[in-house]
Amino acid sequence: MRPATEAELAEAVAGASGPLLVRGGGTRTLGHAVGEVLETGGLSGVELYEPGALTLVVRAGTPVTEVERVLATERQRLAFEVPDLCGLRGRKGVSTIGGVVAANASGPRRVQVGAARDALLGVRFVDGAGIVIKNGGRVMKNVTGYDLAKLMAGSRGTLGVLSEVSFKVQALPEVEATLVVEGLGDEAGLKALRRALGSPFDISGAARHSGRSLIRVEGMAGSVAYRTGRLRALVGGDVTVKESAASAALWREVRDVVPFRGRPGEVWRIITLPTAAAEIVAQLEAEAIWDWGGGLIWLLTDHGRGAEVAAAVAGRGHATLVRGEGGPVFPPSTPDVAALVAGLKARFDPRGILNAGLVI
Amino acid sequence: MDMPAPDLGVIARKARIVARLREVLGPDSVIDAPEELRVYECDALTAYRCPPLAAVLPRTTREVSAVLRICWEDGVPVVPRGSGTSLAGGAMPTADSVILGVARMNAVLETDYENRFIRVEAGRTNLSVSGAVEAEGFFYAPDPSSQLACAIAGNIAMNSGGAHCLKYGVTTNNLLGVTLVKMDGTVVTLGGPWGDPAGLDLLGVVCGSEGQLGVVTEAWLRILPKPEGARPVLVGFNSNEVAGACVADIIRAGILPVAIEFMDRPCIRACEAFAKAGYPDCEALLIIEVEGSEAEISEQLGRIRQIALAHDPVEFREAEDEDQAKRIWLGRKSAFGAMGQINDYMCLDGTIPVSSLPHVLKRIGEMSVEFGLDVGNVFHAGDGNMHPLILFNANTPGDLEKCEAFGAEILKLCVEVGGCLTGEHGVGIEKRDLMTVQFSPADMEAQMRVKDVFDPRWLLNPAKVFPLATTATRRLA
Repeated sequence: MRPATEAELAEAVAGASGPLLVRGGGTRTLGHAVGEVLETGGLSGVELYEPGALTLVVRAGTPVTEVERVLATERQRLAFEVPDLCGLRGRKGVSTIGGVVAANASGPRRVQVGAARDALLGVRFVDGAGIVIKNGGRVMKNVTGYDLAKLMAGSRGTLGVLSEVSFKVQALPEVEATLVVEGLGDEAGLKALRRALGSPFDISGAARHSGRSLIRVEGMAGSVAYRTGRLRALVGGDVTVKESAASAALWREVRDVVPFRGRPGEVWRIITLPTAAAEIVAQLEAEAIWDWGGGLIWLLTDHGRGAEVAAAVAGRGHATLVRGEGGPVFPPSTPDVAALVAGLKARFDPRGILNAGLVI
Repeated sequence: MDMPAPDLGVIARKARIVARLREVLGPDSVIDAPEELRVYECDALTAYRCPPLAAVLPRTTREVSAVLRICWEDGVPVVPRGSGTSLAGGAMPTADSVILGVARMNAVLETDYENRFIRVEAGRTNLSVSGAVEAEGFFYAPDPSSQLACAIAGNIAMNSGGAHCLKYGVTTNNLLGVTLVKMDGTVVTLGGPWGDPAGLDLLGVVCGSEGQLGVVTEAWLRILPKPEGARPVLVGFNSNEVAGACVADIIRAGILPVAIEFMDRPCIRACEAFAKAGYPDCEALLIIEVEGSEAEISEQLGRIRQIALAHDPVEFREAEDEDQAKRIWLGRKSAFGAMGQINDYMCLDGTIPVSSLPHVLKRIGEMSVEFGLDVGNVFHAGDGNMHPLILFNANTPGDLEKCEAFGAEILKLCVEVGGCLTGEHGVGIEKRDLMTVQFSPADMEAQMRVKDVFDPRWLLNPAKVFPLATTATRRLA
């Protein structure tokens, strides 16, 4: 099914006789939900764009590339830097903005501006009974009623099918620059990232892979030059500075986990404390790409090491399998939290038809 | 403002309930003498008062859990309270309720500068969170104007903002995790010191749920390195439209000031008479603050000056030193006091799309004439969060009602232009009955489902957020 309007979407869900597999572009899907495919790609287009208020309201099935194109015409962007994991996961498809929200997919700039959920101002969605619900809105400060927009972000279509999302967007910076730090081991290289993030120099990216630490600053030309200079002195190691397109290319690699593309093995996405980042990787003796100053680890492992990964992360974060078959996809919840999640699922989707079988 | 009729059965059982609470908390943590309960009869929305059945001041998460368990077993409503600074009546009790104050739980449990978080007990005041990390060059970003007094627990309940949230976001953007005690006494951890949550973002829905889903006893908060410096400029205009256009141009240019504050003429005059900050007598005044090193501040202010001058301001004043910077902020920071000097006032906090600013201010001016009540506007212009201050005289019969009716019309206008009822104060009892202006029955039903899951008996702060008629069947079930 591919509804073209929110009303058709509501009708499709209300009239469904069995499970529905909710899909934007199918590029970020995890797990093994089953059912008749319900595509949101028909709900496409910009509802409202007000560059002077940094506000964008867009239908959930709009391709991410289209959103980015519209914003670029006004020299603006989605601040949270949408990752494209198609190459990593060997997927094809047109990523939709609703899918980005449903996965709360956020890239390197998360350390500075927060995740997709932090840029999300409001949602419209159809719940499992086919009822249209709106929450939040288009203004930047809004505490009217409960924040269901946050609940929908990252819920992977298990509570409702998004029909419209609104965002706070960001003006493009005048310039960007990346310090490339070489000559440090992983422990020291990660420490350099933490030192930069603990400085007042407003870091918009802090990553490490292939023996290099990357630190990004963005903004007005004078400011970027100033901060680059101060950071060079602060982090140590052999520093070179890449600017503009050369800098942007470095961050696309990190954002899209390019170094693991086409490589055999399973890929884990680990959320942890930056200070635990080196140790977890050392303990698992696997290849890593660190982002968010070490708070995010992309880990390439052999098949079947799920239990080891879970043990290494236990008590200091959580791990999700994003490519491979080596264990449960999502980390387990505590029984109390699982009961709350089950309670919400039962009320938002009483028939249990939305992405049935997906437990997050 | 209607409140539900108290459960007389609960009131009749007061002695037994208090005895059970004393049993688990000890003698000095349970207040039940009528004269001592007067302290808890209202929060900062002082127009409405009702002493609670009792008040408890637990010291630990375990004690909070024990209190909630007792109240849950005995069907006693509980109203959580941080510092009682809510302007929306979020901590307003009913006669059959137990006030659960977290003020004694104010310790710093952990500071971690390398991972950039602090873990605190939720009764700790907002400003003292920053105070705890200041020596290491860090701060906690959300800065509600009550930050000297307000507690993190209340900040989380209301998802509080502040003047600097244009750059740093509000509470929900700076909250990493909580320890939450549910009404049945169960203790749950949501989120943690790391970034993204595992699974559903339950933390995101707890933040801003006005104490209706659980009692937050501990929180992990993100701390940020302090910028090297900050400096404000003051720009005066002879038209609200032009001031609004200037704000939009600054934002579009990609400059990210930490704050853009807006004051209209009635507010400028009141502040000037009260604080004598030396503000120009003009239609609209902007205070714009930028951060960074000296060179970065100069670079940003240079750009802002260029944009502002293109709009032909009546004044563009840069702070040359610390003293001048303080004077620029002085009038704005004393706005509430200045208005309070003139009369009683009601402070609203609807948000509007920034582009609607001139239209909304014009309509508020017209309505001010219709209702015969003066109003001054201060406004977080960068994010559209308005604070109209309506002046009235509490001693004049009918004035409060007239003021509330005027306020309701302003908030309806905010929704009509695409905004919302409340940007940072919360709904509480104050805006409860206006929820139907912004939300359909289905929208509210979806929100109430969340409460059904966390608090199936609707005992926690039950008379807030939603219209009483909407929640009646659930509360009385």
